[in-house]
Amino acid sequence: MTKKRLIPRLLQLALIIIGVYFSFILLFDVALHQIIPKSLLTMYMLFVVAGTVMVFTFTEEGAQELVGPIKALVEDPSKKMLRNIVFVIVPLLAGYYTYTSMMPSFEAPMELRTIHPAPPSKFKAFGKSYNLTTLENPFRKFEKEDPAKFKELVKEGGNVYIKNCQYCHGDKLDGNGPYASGLNPTPLNFQDVGTIAQLQESFLFWRIATGGPGLPAEAAPWISAMPVWQDYLTEDEIWKVILYLYDYTGRRPRSWANE
Amino acid sequence: MLKRNIRIIGVVFLLAISAMFMLPAFMPAASASEAAAPTAAPAAADSAAAKTAAVPDANAVTYPPAPKLTAADYPTVSGVNPRVAVWLVAQLHLWLGAFVVAVPMFVFIIESIGMATRDERYDNMAYEFIKVSITAYSLTAIMGGLLSFSLILFYPDVFKYLALIFKESMFAYALLFFAESAVLYIYYYGWHWLQGGNRKWIHLTFGLLLNAFGITLMLLANSWTTFMMSPAAVDAAGVFNGNTWEAIHNFLWNPINIHRVVANVAYGGSIVGAYAGFKFLSAKNKEERAHYDWVGYNANFIAIAALLPLPFAGYYLTAELYAYSQQMGITLMGGVFAWIFIIQAVLIGALFLSANYYLWCGMGRSDGANRYNPRIKYIAIVLVAAFLVWFTPHTLVLTNSELKSLGGPYHKYLGVFGIMPAKNTAVNFLLTFTFMSFMFYRRANKIATVSWATTGNAIQIALFTMGLINIVTLGVYYGYFTNTVYKVAASIPQVLTTLTIIITSTIIDTLMYKGAKDVAPLHWGRMPARSQYALFLLAVSFTWLMGLMGYVRSGIRQHWHVSGIFRDASPDAYTPTLGYAANIITIGTIIFMAMVIFVFWLSTISGKHVVAKGYWKEQA
Repeated sequence: MTKKRLIPRLLQLALIIIGVYFSFILLFDVALHQIIPKSLLTMYMLFVVAGTVMVFTFTEEGAQELVGPIKALVEDPSKKMLRNIVFVIVPLLAGYYTYTSMMPSFEAPMELRTIHPAPPSKFKAFGKSYNLTTLENPFRKFEKEDPAKFKELVKEGGNVYIKNCQYCHGDKLDGNGPYASGLNPTPLNFQDVGTIAQLQESFLFWRIATGGPGLPAEAAPWISAMPVWQDYLTEDEIWKVILYLYDYTGRRPRSWANE
Repeated sequence: MLKRNIRIIGVVFLLAISAMFMLPAFMPAASASEAAAPTAAPAAADSAAAKTAAVPDANAVTYPPAPKLTAADYPTVSGVNPRVAVWLVAQLHLWLGAFVVAVPMFVFIIESIGMATRDERYDNMAYEFIKVSITAYSLTAIMGGLLSFSLILFYPDVFKYLALIFKESMFAYALLFFAESAVLYIYYYGWHWLQGGNRKWIHLTFGLLLNAFGITLMLLANSWTTFMMSPAAVDAAGVFNGNTWEAIHNFLWNPINIHRVVANVAYGGSIVGAYAGFKFLSAKNKEERAHYDWVGYNANFIAIAALLPLPFAGYYLTAELYAYSQQMGITLMGGVFAWIFIIQAVLIGALFLSANYYLWCGMGRSDGANRYNPRIKYIAIVLVAAFLVWFTPHTLVLTNSELKSLGGPYHKYLGVFGIMPAKNTAVNFLLTFTFMSFMFYRRANKIATVSWATTGNAIQIALFTMGLINIVTLGVYYGYFTNTVYKVAASIPQVLTTLTIIITSTIIDTLMYKGAKDVAPLHWGRMPARSQYALFLLAVSFTWLMGLMGYVRSGIRQHWHVSGIFRDASPDAYTPTLGYAANIITIGTIIFMAMVIFVFWLSTISGKHVVAKGYWKEQA
């Protein structure tokens, strides 16, 4: 004997799923002004639907209550009219979805950008070879040994940044410089916890010195607009600008040593 | 007669033990290479080279450098793609191998439980599991043979190069395989013969030997694979200058060993769970349903128990991979293979959800479960929320309009979920709440009778609350506001917190429910059919997951046969597109599942006996 519910279980299920869907959109698109990408929302909803269906069906009574109305719709002769309406609407909805998702558009296809290139173990810059596994920032030691000098080096790095980098990466290092909107992929946001905070200084040195053309052959084609900075900056200037990037954002470079 | 049998068993046992002890004879003495574990392959090669130079050995074998091949050096067979052929055969061999290595592990434990409790049901279940694995054992051997032929046929120079370095261990592998087969057949065919008293102990010893041989075989094969990823004792030209043990004990050997042993148990549990589901659904009567429901419950328990430590074993392996080579690490998780990890996250989600769903459905076996049913939705909310964090990628898949709107490929708010500290926190929540599901299941039909039950519950609630707060604090503070070294290190206390919750809670629960009152008898077999499909989903997800991750592990070598020293010059020396790779793995999964169904079907016909009336001549 199942108890009479104010809202039938099937309707409850539908309302929860629709409610969660619109909550995501309201939260991100409206309240936070950072849209939730369609690809991510689809994945989120897949698990929300799975989780909700699991909760609604783990008991036999729950499963029967959920499936009951669907069974009745298909089998009950008194529901002929409703059945016919549903059997027309469902294929129409499926057809509409298929049409809208298959209809050609002028938008470029989505790219699975591998934004995170794997560094080589060795690379050439400034006419010499660098081993990325052992390469260290020569100025990093002054952070402890001579803080005043370190501060001066960071300041010099800041000057290099403002003269050369901020046009794309922004004066707040958030990847939102004056030229940023003209670039795709957009310049890296150094404030993001997932960018320079995840990397060793040697990685940054390689990326800055060799720029877009220095990116590895694997996972090509790269479409990075990053200039080859070894043609415009000295080795010391690159190391100093790296100090500045970490100092300004308050991040620490990736390291395997305890500090 | 008995004495004679015991003597034969004794001789076989001694031979088997001797075979095990012979193994080190093929492996020269261990060195201190582990202490000087390389941060990169060349470093390891340098140290080994220096050592060889310092101690000249008149009998030392000189090894050739890694061959510099051209496309013409790779034989072809019309209509066969060598990479796909080797890929599929190797993967099928690994799936079957993982199953046949895993099953004896828990069969040994179940048999021991049966001996300790003198409950014959355990013994019957253990026998049934080993019966399923025996057909799979033949298939594993067939696939292993096919793999060897395929490698020799399509990649002769690669095989020759590796065989020269690993000749001793390959020979030992072949001998051990014979020993394992002998022990397996005695273990299986002697099951009903070696029953009772000392005989049962002898049988159990064979089970132990079977596990020792099986695991040793796997460890040897792992060393060949990991050598291709992190070669040890080789110079830049690929000249091997170490000994067998150094080649075996390469940088990634132990991380892979640990990961594979744990994963195999979980995988084996899931496959026998699917077997139980298959038998449950095809059961003809109530007793059969009850039996296979019980078997399925135990198999699911094994799968979950091994699944709990698996994320940590995986994390350790990945951390070691990063430590070995930043390039390999980034290619793996930040580069071209990163999207496979998103699929991995979804499949792990499917694993946890199906395991939990099975437990929740299982509460229907008890009439006392209604008390806990309203709480299940909260567990589900936490599990789903943890998954959303678990599979949120750092670099998003965006349309151009979304990219413009967000101002870059990283999301300002969701981006924080894209890195490891968030994933670690989420996975610890997943494990803790999965354990909570299990606790509810265990308690469903019982009422504690001890006087301190209320205090015990309060302690457990406090333990879970404090533990979860600790996990979040460690994840957020150390994950986002400190140096990377602390970020990686914080995962260890997070894991320890989860383990503390699980172990302490289990101890309290065991004491609290000692002599507890049953609400009503458990109704084994009172399970809906859909719960059995959760068991199938568990097995399929595991298989697919292993295929995907196996591809990634192998694929991060990219255009190298042996990373950094032996270049792949075949026409297939490129990383295929993700879609292509996923299709091959899916085809492999379908073939494997067809083989598994075949094995299950064989187990059903083996018990059938048709009386062919009038066919046989009447004997006087």
